[in-house]
Amino acid sequence: MTLSMHPSTLLLSKELPTLQYTSTPDRFDETWEAPLSTLLGLGRAAGADFIEFFLERANYISCLAEEDTITSISPRLSTGAGVRVFRGKADCYVSTNDLSFSGLKSALEKGLSILGLQLPAPNAFIPEINLELLRDYATKKGKDAWLPQCSPIREMGEVLLDASALLTRKAKHIQSRRTSYFRDWQEVLVAASDGTFARDIRLTQSVGYNLLCADGANRSSIAKRDGSTSEADFLRKWNPEAAAEEVAESAGIMLYADYVESGNYPIIMANQFGGVIFHEACGHLLETTQIERKTTPFADKKGEKIAHESLTAWDEGLSPNAFGTIDMDDEGMPAQRTLLIEKGVLKNFLADRSGSLLTGHPRTGSGRRQNYTFAAASRMRNTYIAPGEYTNEDLFSSIDKGIYCKKMGGGSVGATGEFNFSVEEAYLIENGKITKPLKGAILIGEAKEIMNKISMCSQDIGLAAGFCGSVSGSIYTTVGQPHIKVDSITVGGR
Amino acid sequence: MPNITEIANHAKENAEKLGIKKFDIYGSSVDETSVQVDRGAPKQVKASNRSGVTVRVWNDDNTVGVTSTTDVDPNGLKLALETAYEASFFGVKDNAPDFSPEATVPLEKSSDEKATQAPVSQLIESLIEAEKELLAAHPAIEGVPYNGLAQREIDRFYLNSAGATRNESRSIASIYLYSKTEQEGKKPRSAGAFKLSRSLEQLDIEGCLKEAAEKTISHLNYEKVKTGKYTVVFSAEAFLSLLGAFSNLYNAQSILDKQSLSTPESLGTNIASPLLSVYDDALHPANIGAETFDGEGTPTRRISIIENGTLTNFLHSAGTAKRLNAQPTGHANIGSKVMVSSHFYHVLQGAKAEQEYSLANADNVIFIDDLQALHAGVKSLQGSFSLPFDGWMVNNGKLTSIESATVAGDFREVLQSIIFVEPDAELTPGGVCPRIWVDGLSITGEA
Repeated sequence: MTLSMHPSTLLLSKELPTLQYTSTPDRFDETWEAPLSTLLGLGRAAGADFIEFFLERANYISCLAEEDTITSISPRLSTGAGVRVFRGKADCYVSTNDLSFSGLKSALEKGLSILGLQLPAPNAFIPEINLELLRDYATKKGKDAWLPQCSPIREMGEVLLDASALLTRKAKHIQSRRTSYFRDWQEVLVAASDGTFARDIRLTQSVGYNLLCADGANRSSIAKRDGSTSEADFLRKWNPEAAAEEVAESAGIMLYADYVESGNYPIIMANQFGGVIFHEACGHLLETTQIERKTTPFADKKGEKIAHESLTAWDEGLSPNAFGTIDMDDEGMPAQRTLLIEKGVLKNFLADRSGSLLTGHPRTGSGRRQNYTFAAASRMRNTYIAPGEYTNEDLFSSIDKGIYCKKMGGGSVGATGEFNFSVEEAYLIENGKITKPLKGAILIGEAKEIMNKISMCSQDIGLAAGFCGSVSGSIYTTVGQPHIKVDSITVGGR
Repeated sequence: MPNITEIANHAKENAEKLGIKKFDIYGSSVDETSVQVDRGAPKQVKASNRSGVTVRVWNDDNTVGVTSTTDVDPNGLKLALETAYEASFFGVKDNAPDFSPEATVPLEKSSDEKATQAPVSQLIESLIEAEKELLAAHPAIEGVPYNGLAQREIDRFYLNSAGATRNESRSIASIYLYSKTEQEGKKPRSAGAFKLSRSLEQLDIEGCLKEAAEKTISHLNYEKVKTGKYTVVFSAEAFLSLLGAFSNLYNAQSILDKQSLSTPESLGTNIASPLLSVYDDALHPANIGAETFDGEGTPTRRISIIENGTLTNFLHSAGTAKRLNAQPTGHANIGSKVMVSSHFYHVLQGAKAEQEYSLANADNVIFIDDLQALHAGVKSLQGSFSLPFDGWMVNNGKLTSIESATVAGDFREVLQSIIFVEPDAELTPGGVCPRIWVDGLSITGEA
C-alpha cells in the first residue's frame, strides 16, 4: 500500500485540494482505500445518507469470421467510475471516465449538488469512512491470472476459421456463414459508506454460429451460441463440431418449414433456452424495480399462490461457469441462491440496495449493471424452473394438437405484464407425436394467466446462456428449465 | 478530463511517437443529465461526462487494426494505438478499408449548435409537472412508470494522418412519458410518447403529455379482434420501425456480406408499390440529431433509396462504395469492420394513387400505432415478421382499441401491397413519414 500525505487524524476540508493519493494505476487493490474512504467521508459530511463508488476497468475483444476470412478483430478498453448518492429515498448517479482523485471528487460534488447538498465549509472536519478489509474475490480465486490465460488473437482467429470450415461440410444451401467470439474481462471495485469494500474480476466468453441457408424463395437463419464465465480456456474447450452439426440440422429442417397457423394451442417448450418463458413472464416481474414502478401484478402476492403447483423456480449466482454467475453483485454483496416460487407460491423478490430501500424486500445480491455508466438495479442471474416429476413422453402424450417449441428466440415484457417471445424452431404435435416443422411463431400472453398454465414439468433441466436488457443495461444471464407443458397460449403466425 | 481538441492532439502525438505513419481517429464526448420522477418526487437523477475514441492503424503491409477506448488520457491513447497496431497484423487483406476519398471535401453545412443547459432543478420541476398533468388527465391513469427528461451535449471529431480534420457539436433534449391504467375488472393498459428537441426550452413537453394521455385513454375500452386478413394502416412510427428492421434491403455492407434480401443487381428493380418513395436525409431540417459527417469523415447528404417503388441507391461506406463502383454516401460507422446505417428517413408519396383513403370513413381497417418486440419478431434475413402491436380497429371511422394481437407478413410483400401513402407526414425521432395503407395483412387475435 502506498500512501503519501494521508493524514493520520481527522481531515479538514480545506486540505482536500492538497491531497495526493497514489493508487495502483492498473489494478484495483488496497491502495484505493485511502482516496475512496476520504471521498465517502466527504459525501457523508455534506449530508448524504449513503454513498457508493463503483470503479470498473474492462478489456473486451471480439472476433468475427465470415466465410473463410477473419473480417473483424475489435479490442475495446474502458475505465470509468460511477458514484451513487442517496438522500432519503432520492438518489443520484454520476459517471465519469476520470479515475483520478480530482475526477472522482468532481463526480461526487456533482451528485451532491444535484441533490441540493453542498461541500462542507473549508474548516469543517471530514470523518473518513472506515472501510472493511478488502474482500478480494479476484485474488482469493486466482482470477488475476485469467486474462493472460485467455486465447490470444492468433488463436481466436484459428479456432473461428476452423469452425467456419466445418459448416461447409455439415450444411447445404449455405448463403452465408459467420462464426463469432467475444471475451469480456471486467475488474470492479465497490466502496460504500456502510463500509463495503470489495473487488472482483469477471470473465465472460461466448462463441457461436450464424448460418443463413437459401433455396429459391425458402430461407432459414439459425444461430447458436455457447457461453461461459470463469473459464480462461473456454475457447480451447469449445466443441465446434457438435455446434456445427446442430446448427446445420436445424437450418436444413427449417428451410422448408411451413408458416405456423395462428391460434391458441397447448405447447411444449424444450429445456434450456425454453426458460426464456419464465424469464419474461415472471422473472422480470419479481424484480423490485418493477414493484417500485408498480408494473408487476405480483407486488403484493408474497406468500400467495401465483403459479401452478407444479412450478418451483430459482434465481442464483452460484452455478459453476454459468453465464449469470457472479461471486458478488455490483454493489459488493455476495451472490446467493434465491427461491422465487415454491410449488406455485411466491417466496421472494430480487432486490438491489435501492429496491430494498424503496420496497422493504431484503437485498438478494441481485444489484447488477452493464458497466459504470449505469446505476445498479435488481436483475436476474441464473434463473430456472426446477425439475418436475413427469417424463417428456408424459408431456407429449397429453397433447392431441399443439406445438413443440424446440428453440426460442428473444422476448420482452411490458408495463402491463404482457409478454411475447419468438420461436426459432417449432414443430406441430399431432396425437402426441411431432409431425412437421413450423416457422414464424411468436408466443404472446399475460404473465398472471400463463403462470397457472405451466402444468407439467419434466425432469431434464438444462441451462442456456443469454443476454438480458433492462434499466441497468445489457447483462449476462442464464435461463433454464426442464421440458414444460403450457396448457394454452396464443401463437401469432400467418 | 481532456476536451475533444486535447484528445485529438494527444492521439496525433502518440501515433507519431510510436512510428505509426497511417492512422485515423474518430471520437466523441457526451455530457448528459437525465431525471426520472415518481409521484411528484425525483426518483433518480443521472449525470455523466464520458469520452471515447476509436483508432485505426495501418501497418506497412496496409492491413488495418482497430481499438476503441474510453481511457482518453495520453497513456490510454498510447495503449489504444499500440493495441490497434498489434491487431493490424490480423486485419483483412482483401478489400481492406482505406480513408474515405471525401474525408477532406468541404462540408456544405457546419453544425455547432450547443444550447444552454438547464439546471437539474428545472428538469425535475418540468417532469414533475408533466407527470402531475398526465395523472390528472383521466381517473384510470394510476401511474407513469416510465418517464424521463434528459439533456445532452455532444462533441464529435474525425481526423486522419492525411490531413482530414472535422468536428461538430450539438445539444439534444428529450422527454418520454409512458402511462399505465388500472380499472376494476379490466386489464391494465398503457401507452407512451417521446419528443426530441435541441434544448429544454424548445422541447414540446405539453405535446408529449397530451399524446401520451390521448393514447392511453384511447386504449381503455378495448375489444378482441377476429383473426383474419385486414387492410392495415401503419402510423409513421410503426412503418419506420419496419423499414429500419429490414434495412438490409438497401445496406451495401449487408448486401456484400450476403446478409440481405437484395443483391447488387437489385438496383433499378421495383421493390415496392410505385406509390412509395423513401429517402435517407441526415441533413433534413427536422433531424434534431443531424450529423454532418460520418465515422469516416464523409459528408452526409440526402440519398434517394426508393423512387416511385424502384430501388435507386444503396447506403454506402467508403469501402462498400469502392467495391460496388459507387460514391460514399456518408453512412459509415468506424470500426474493425466498417458498418453502414441510416440517419433519418424521409418517406413520401411517389406516383399518384388511383384511390385515396381516409381513417375518417374507413371500415374494417386495423390502424397500427406502435409495433413491439421487433428484436424478437423480425426475421430480417427471411423477410418475415410477426409482431405484437398497439392499435385500433376502425369501423365507420370509429376507433376501438384492440386488446392483444399480432401482425405478421413478409416485408417485401408489404412494400408491394401498399395501396395508399397519405399526403401529410408526421415527425418522429427516426424520420418523417405519412401513414401507410397496406392491403391483406394477417392479424392474429381471437380465433
